[in-house]
Amino acid sequence: MQVYSGIYKEGNLIITKSIYFEGIGLPVLDGQKKYEVLSVKANSVTICGFKIIRSGYATLNDPCGIKVYDSHHVNVINNTLYDNFFGIYLQYSKFCIIQNNSVTGLGVEEQQIGNGIHCWKSDSLQITANHVSGHRDGIYFEFVTNSVIWRNISEKNIRYGLHFMFSNSDSYISNVFKSNGAGVAVMFTHKVKMFNNTFSENWGDAAYGLMLKEITDSYILGNHFTKNTTGIYMEGTNRLLVEKNSFDANGWGMKIQASCMDNVITQNNFTGNTFDISTNGTLVLNTFNSNYWDKYEGYDLNRNKVGDVPYHPLSIFSVLVEKNPPAMLLFRSFMVDLLDKSEKFMPSLTPDNFIDQSPLMHSLQL
Amino acid sequence: MNRIIKFIVLDILRNKIVLIYTLLLAVLSWAVFSLEDNSTKGLLTLLNVILLTVPLVSIIFSTIYLYNSSEFIELLLSQPIQRSRIWWSLFFGLSISLIFSFIIGAGIPILLYAPGDVGLMMLMVGISITAVFVSLAFLGSVLTRDKAKGIGMAILLWLFFALMFDGLVLFLLFQLADYPIEKMMVGITALNPIDLGRILILLHLDVSAMMGYTGAIFKDFFGTFLGIIIAFIVLFLWIALPFWVSLRKFKRKDL
Repeated sequence: MQVYSGIYKEGNLIITKSIYFEGIGLPVLDGQKKYEVLSVKANSVTICGFKIIRSGYATLNDPCGIKVYDSHHVNVINNTLYDNFFGIYLQYSKFCIIQNNSVTGLGVEEQQIGNGIHCWKSDSLQITANHVSGHRDGIYFEFVTNSVIWRNISEKNIRYGLHFMFSNSDSYISNVFKSNGAGVAVMFTHKVKMFNNTFSENWGDAAYGLMLKEITDSYILGNHFTKNTTGIYMEGTNRLLVEKNSFDANGWGMKIQASCMDNVITQNNFTGNTFDISTNGTLVLNTFNSNYWDKYEGYDLNRNKVGDVPYHPLSIFSVLVEKNPPAMLLFRSFMVDLLDKSEKFMPSLTPDNFIDQSPLMHSLQL
Repeated sequence: MNRIIKFIVLDILRNKIVLIYTLLLAVLSWAVFSLEDNSTKGLLTLLNVILLTVPLVSIIFSTIYLYNSSEFIELLLSQPIQRSRIWWSLFFGLSISLIFSFIIGAGIPILLYAPGDVGLMMLMVGISITAVFVSLAFLGSVLTRDKAKGIGMAILLWLFFALMFDGLVLFLLFQLADYPIEKMMVGITALNPIDLGRILILLHLDVSAMMGYTGAIFKDFFGTFLGIIIAFIVLFLWIALPFWVSLRKFKRKDL
């Protein structure tokens, strides 16, 4: 079924048959701030080439630009969504593809706008090459399994760029999460793979480039964390492998709470961060090895490109600031530099097993 | 007045210490910037130079100069010149030559390697801190006639502002950790010109960390245009007040 360009104010359009629904010349479907614009209640539907604007606002049934109900094999491709309450909403759906859509919200407050791409209780989804901005959460995953989020850009959302809960065995690859209110949150999930994403400019005390809470058996590889207040925040995570990431110009590279266990942090670059690592206790059950730290001051006599002196990434001042945030006032003052230097030689307040035994002399090409 | 300033500047130049100070700053700054691969690290090293060396040299050199030129001052006093005019000229002569050598020594490399707001802020802070410590030297040397005592006082003042003050603040922070003291801390920084300068520069250097909760309070204050203006007014008061007190003392002093 083809629709030619024009402005269509049809109220709620419900698709109940398997059709290929194509807009030619970007026809506009206007929800007039009253209706849900497109509801898909059939399997094997494709929606492409529409501009969907102004869906209604209601907190009970969440009207959306495009909502997919209990269906499988639904494709939403090449659409523009603008000024909707929720952008694209999938519930109880399987094998769906959301590709190449631009989803823009005009949210000001968290309560008054929905998520850009919202997926709930679904399986085997592909969210690819979408651009989401101005919504509450850019991409929202709850109880979604075996899915992939690939090459999306999620920026300037009010809360999280990606909000990810109870969604096991998913991967997100090569996405950009930038300038979101609170960064990216991945919680209560196991077997997540996070490859080659960029997390940048997420600023604020509760904003984290990547916040991990209760994550197990996951793999973080090749991501870039740039200019965040905190690059990665870990709480209650177990058996994570954090490898070949670059942490550049963050306030805190990583904040690893003492509740984390058996995580391996290896072959990462830590450059230009105010603090590379910070923690809230003295218990260290994680391993840091073979990372490059630009604050490392050791030497390499046998020229094997690995420093001969172990490196203590935890500066005493980051411990002080963790205990007493206003101490930030004294940062980079001579007193504090002296404290840091003496602590480096003889760790007394910082845990002495918080150590990189084989710091690299040169940064890795990442 | 201009002629006296000219005399003093020429005299200081002949003294060669200021030339060595310029050279030292220049060597340090050029070395720091050409050794480090990124200019931010260079700026960090220079930050320590500006916050430690500049105040130290400014206060010690000015104090010693004032004591050594007591005969010159007495000679000038025998001429029909107002006392305040002599004191003003000494102040301008000293601060102009020290600021000038700071700009030549550190300012040029800073502006070359790190142009932009961080570099500019660093330059402004360095200039203000030079003037503040010259002014403190005037206060110190007018208070006592004894040269050894005066120089001792200068060193103590420097130690206090560069080291002890931060230690006291750290102590206070942990004593009062249970109270909401973040906003009060903004006020406390005004009590130390070195801290004030450091925070102004930090807000440009460590902007990501400063966006954290406590940092945000400083950022809200010092990061805004109004905050920067207020901070520089406070720095100006640090120049004006000690000098004004010393001027009053000098006018009535029995030399």
